Amino acid sequence: MIISEKQRYTIGILVQNVPGVLARVVGLFSGRGYNIETVTAAETHEPGLTRITLVTTGDERVLSQIVKQLNKLINVIKVYDFSETEFVDREMAIIKVRAEPPTRAEVLRIVDIFRAKVVDVSPHFYTLEVTGNESKIQAIMELLGQIGIVEVARTGKAALARSKKH
Amino acid sequence: MRGAQIFFECLKKEGVEVIFGFPGGAVLDIYHEMPKHNIRHILVRHEQGAAHMADGYARASGRVGVCLVTSGPGATNTVTGVATAYMDSVPMVVFTGQVPTPLIGDDAFQEVDIIGITRPCTKHSYLVRNVNDMSRVIREAFYLARTGRPGPVVVDLPKDVIQASTDFKYPKKVDLPGYRPTVEAHSGQVKRAYEVLRKAKSPLIFAGGGIIISDSSQELIRIADLIQAPVTCSLMGLGCFPAGIADAKGRRRPNPLWLGMVGMHGTFQANMAISQADVIFGVGVRFDDRVTGKISEFAPKAKIIHIDVDPSSISKNVVVDVPIVGDCKNALQQLIRLFEGEPLEGVSDVRRPWFDQINAWKKGHPLTYVQGSELIKPQYVIEKIWELTGGDAIITTEVGQHQMWTAQFFEFDRPRSLLTSGGLGTMGYGFPAAIGAQMAFPDRLVIDIAGDGSIQMNIQELCTAVCNDIPVKVAILNNLYLGLPRQWQELFYEKNYTGSCMEGSPDFVKLAEAYGAIGLRANKPGEVEPVLREAFKIRKPVLMDFLVSREEGVYPIVPPGKSITEMLLA
Repeated sequence: MIISEKQRYTIGILVQNVPGVLARVVGLFSGRGYNIETVTAAETHEPGLTRITLVTTGDERVLSQIVKQLNKLINVIKVYDFSETEFVDREMAIIKVRAEPPTRAEVLRIVDIFRAKVVDVSPHFYTLEVTGNESKIQAIMELLGQIGIVEVARTGKAALARSKKH
Repeated sequence: MRGAQIFFECLKKEGVEVIFGFPGGAVLDIYHEMPKHNIRHILVRHEQGAAHMADGYARASGRVGVCLVTSGPGATNTVTGVATAYMDSVPMVVFTGQVPTPLIGDDAFQEVDIIGITRPCTKHSYLVRNVNDMSRVIREAFYLARTGRPGPVVVDLPKDVIQASTDFKYPKKVDLPGYRPTVEAHSGQVKRAYEVLRKAKSPLIFAGGGIIISDSSQELIRIADLIQAPVTCSLMGLGCFPAGIADAKGRRRPNPLWLGMVGMHGTFQANMAISQADVIFGVGVRFDDRVTGKISEFAPKAKIIHIDVDPSSISKNVVVDVPIVGDCKNALQQLIRLFEGEPLEGVSDVRRPWFDQINAWKKGHPLTYVQGSELIKPQYVIEKIWELTGGDAIITTEVGQHQMWTAQFFEFDRPRSLLTSGGLGTMGYGFPAAIGAQMAFPDRLVIDIAGDGSIQMNIQELCTAVCNDIPVKVAILNNLYLGLPRQWQELFYEKNYTGSCMEGSPDFVKLAEAYGAIGLRANKPGEVEPVLREAFKIRKPVLMDFLVSREEGVYPIVPPGKSITEMLLA
């Protein structure tokens, strides 16, 4: 048996956009005991094709099984294992943060530093939009957490390979 | 053309000759249409039976088995059969009725999300939402079921789709961009396997169900001969390599290359050979846990070559040194060409110490039992069945001790002569599977070797056999126990026999008669042969009740979690 350390892996899955395809993909993960940390899915520029980006944890053996098992799904066109390629990834978060008069300036400073955006304002809250890699989202959430986060919606990671070969 | 008619036109295009089914509200339009078409329908008594019959038909013939059931419970009753076929890579298309599309999701009467339920145990599945898609979907379903690594496909047909009309056109080609099974093995990898095998001193071929599915027994026999390697099989592989061969005078003698089955109940020599081989050549196998035993101690000395059409089977359980993705037949043919081009010289001399060792193992610890004069030994019944049929029968089994004894004591010489639920281990499989096999081969002798526990799981299909004149034979090895659980309780659970005693079962002879079949019983060893002879003469379904020695165990047995060399021998 290959024994190797658990790692986080990002996988891109190009699928036919047919009913139930997401259920097939996530069902495979739950049925075989693989982990899903985040998953995003949306149509691509090509009609009928959806790209799923999924972050999982496991060792190399698990990753290799995940890729093979995904490839077996009839509606899966292509699986990209980003552990072997350079890739760009982004996540977006919408964060509703408490913003009373004494803390508003601090919130706006943080927004500025992280190149986030205020997308909604109400007497007691600001709603922010921030895009970046996971650590950036994590960092802004930590800072805002000290002021008071009310709600968060995160998209999970979307990723594309850098090189042209994919 | 209406959906129901399109259904039959598609089946005709696929060459379907028989459907195993059970009607219900959602599929009555199909049943209404059925008499106009020349396709035989076998009315079952339970939908699980229909699924296993389609499976048995498929395993015996190599063609796609078909069953047709209604929505809701009709569909859920097939699930065990679908999962059984999935685990053993059996080509099958299961048509399920569904409530009309406007009602889907409303918890309508007899509505169930069968696509959702079967998603993890099908190769693929379809809900047909529009009659215009029907012929394409059916075409794809059959194509997927029988190509690559075969498997079951579920096609869910809502009632309004079956009733709707459209022009019928059967697609010539399938267009599945995400499905391209690798048939042709990579020649570079085959060459690597060749190099490894050339240098091997004590190689072992480990063959499985993939040989049978890909129809490559002849290639297996040829390669084993060319490299003079002994052969062992998984349960699913039995029959793909002949246990016996004809000598110069045409008499059958044991095949010197044959080691018997490997694994938890494998032969001593097969399990020892795994542990001592320097090269293990796995063909069409998946190294499952019942074969490998404790995985860290499996094949400690061997380089492993592995051919399989399914990449996910390779390096899943054991790490493989030379992976070859492709159809077994194609890969073996390439390998044969390499060895024929440059034969191994002096191979018999090189192999002598290896075969001396193997023969010593064979002699030291053969499969054995003692048949006394009072109690029938279950193994004896199996040996008698083999003797009286000359091995020329299609044998099906249920799951349990009788299944393992069949694997050990019935000598299989031909592929597709053993139909058994290997992966899922489905009790109740063998009897309906025998009915399905008999439909594929009406003139052959089809025998279900059963236990008294398993046979009761689908006993209702006796009616199906009787009503349709399907002359299958059932040999119940009746020990009034669930024998394998009982044996495990004896060995590993402090003889705490909770739940494994089956006393109180019906009188199987009377039961057979009540169904209109023939019932026979043997109480003593001397009655075994006469009962079998009589049963084989009768062109009717026969249920034979052999009252066997109650506490006979299956040996060797590898305790769960142990290395396969740690066999309990008796």
